[in-house]
Amino acid sequence: MLNCGIDIGSTTIEIVLHDGKSIVGKCMTLSGAFPAEHAKKAFTGLLVDLKLQRSDVERIVATGFGRNYFDHADRVFSEITCHAAGVVAQIPNAHTVIEIGGQDSKMMQLDDEARVRDFVMNDRCAAGTGKFIETVARTLNIPVEETGELGLLAPKGCEISSMCAVFAETEIVGLLHQGASPESVLRGVFNAVARRILGMAGRIGMRDEIVFTGGVAKNKGVLRALQDITGHEIRVPVEPQFTGALGAALLAASEGSRTNRVSQTSVQAIA
Amino acid sequence: MTTMDTQELLQKVGVNLELHDQLIAYNNKLFEATIRSAPNRPTAMKYFDSGFHASHASRVGEILDYRTKGGKSIGTFCIYVPDEIALAADVLPIPLCGGSHWPVDYADKMFPRDICPLIRSTFGMAFSGTCPYKKLKDATVGETTCDAKKKAWDLLGFEVMEVPQKKADIDRELWLSEVIRFRGFVEKLSGVTVTAERLKETIKLVNRRRRVLQAVNDFRRLPNPPISGLDALLVSQVALSQDIQTFISGCERLIDELQRRVGEDISAYEQAGPRVMIAGTPSPMGNAKVHFALESSGLRVVADESCTGMRYYRDCVDESADDLAGMMKAIADRYFSIDCSCFSPNKERIENILKTIEEYHVDGVVHNILSFCHTYNVEAKIVDTALGKVNVPSLKIVTDYSFEDIEQLKVRIESFGELIQPKQLQRI
Repeated sequence: MLNCGIDIGSTTIEIVLHDGKSIVGKCMTLSGAFPAEHAKKAFTGLLVDLKLQRSDVERIVATGFGRNYFDHADRVFSEITCHAAGVVAQIPNAHTVIEIGGQDSKMMQLDDEARVRDFVMNDRCAAGTGKFIETVARTLNIPVEETGELGLLAPKGCEISSMCAVFAETEIVGLLHQGASPESVLRGVFNAVARRILGMAGRIGMRDEIVFTGGVAKNKGVLRALQDITGHEIRVPVEPQFTGALGAALLAASEGSRTNRVSQTSVQAIA
Repeated sequence: MTTMDTQELLQKVGVNLELHDQLIAYNNKLFEATIRSAPNRPTAMKYFDSGFHASHASRVGEILDYRTKGGKSIGTFCIYVPDEIALAADVLPIPLCGGSHWPVDYADKMFPRDICPLIRSTFGMAFSGTCPYKKLKDATVGETTCDAKKKAWDLLGFEVMEVPQKKADIDRELWLSEVIRFRGFVEKLSGVTVTAERLKETIKLVNRRRRVLQAVNDFRRLPNPPISGLDALLVSQVALSQDIQTFISGCERLIDELQRRVGEDISAYEQAGPRVMIAGTPSPMGNAKVHFALESSGLRVVADESCTGMRYYRDCVDESADDLAGMMKAIADRYFSIDCSCFSPNKERIENILKTIEEYHVDGVVHNILSFCHTYNVEAKIVDTALGKVNVPSLKIVTDYSFEDIEQLKVRIESFGELIQPKQLQRI
């Protein structure tokens, strides 16, 4: 029997179909103006692609910002629980999870039984989130996917003092006028994001292994800055933007047994 | 919406009707969406629902009538201003703390934006001409519980009671002298001398209000509370705004119904979600945001230690004294025992929180802290250290009255619920 996890985020929607052993299908779409409709459409599309019926899917768990507004879900879980479940399935020894998505950043502390013990999350502002990096990329007129590699070309980052997505733009324009290279601006932005995360770690602590997940984990510049600033080795699951949806699918399947470090999906299954 | 009579009444007390309509429309919409959205409310909550609306309608009329007949009244803010003494001098205290987000920006006229929403809401109402009590008082009595408030009182020329910052003997003496000075202040206002006889009566009366509040609150200790955290909050909010006798009767009817509900095992909740305590700053009438965010996410708010919770009614004034001096001391002692975070240190608060956790079977604590309330915000860490020792998890929410961050709060709240009750996973 298949179970489905749908992560309806502020920017993107990810869907994972899982048969209890591995991922049998997944897809991703933009949330746009009608996230619940887009999620439904993507889910139906995925079933068609895989030549499956709705009745082949036993349970749907929704997570992400739009979780409570998706009528087709059998249950909802918060992103924090889902990301933890998704991470542990791939990296069983994870104890600290850093998740940066389109609109928020979170840090979770897991105990030896893979239960979430504590977490912190950004407040209502976009500082240290994917939105912040997106704003900077737009100011620099660089596609957001290319920012990571580009930023790493700079030997050193500019000092970015503002973490506000709105004020940072003004600051960056100023830096560019003073002759700073876009590469060094990007590197400076990644350092600023990492410092923000380090501030969260100050509140709940960091314990190996540390895993970085969510859409922004695909950005190599942010990953490098996190490693430099925290001094820890940080692992990223394959396709980190699917971690929440995978966790949701596993929670849908878990039927009485808690997700634990023993029953894991292989990392390869995700790729 | 307000009826014609109410409109006339509001006009009489100098309210800007157009803006007031906007305020009421905003408040009512939120009231329906939050407090009235609870699934299984006692029918006796009707009185408290009408109390919510009455605070900008019939209650205004009651106070206007009282004043037309020569009655005196004062505006108050904190729960430090002793109601017993004011009432014994025939002075009616009117708590003015605002809980609505609607008027907040009107406070810009005199106040900076980076002070707490409670002050901004209160004065936003005053400055926008939507506070119906502005002209219904002879004086306003503030207190020194926070920096922004102190300076607000100075700016507006209010009377100020000095609440000490420590709890040594010398501070206790200072507080007693302030309570005595307050008696002189209200006596002068009304021309009525406070007698031992009269004070004994008002001590008993205000204690009765505390006891009915305690009795309602006690039901929340049960495994299946017959009253929700949202409704319990409304009861406290109405206590601050309505006539004391009517309020006590309203509570007595509620207590009877809650008793019946317990007999029939009727819970206010559809699901036995995690039991949480709200700790920190007050939620004055109009604000039920965090209570709503918690209870609509499946958590049960079974205790509230704030000034719109147990801090307001936990302790009664000792009724044993018969002489005026003894009663004044008993009153001063009772108010001095309030565990506000303005005190340094504030060990009593930690003790009270730990005791409440046991008595109310609390699974987790949610710090509900109004933005810019530094003392509660910093003290949360001290509370957390104590909670860590007894293995009770906590979540800190720092927010204002607006609903713009509700979805983000719900992510944190749902995660907190899942963290407290991981066995939920087994129910999939």
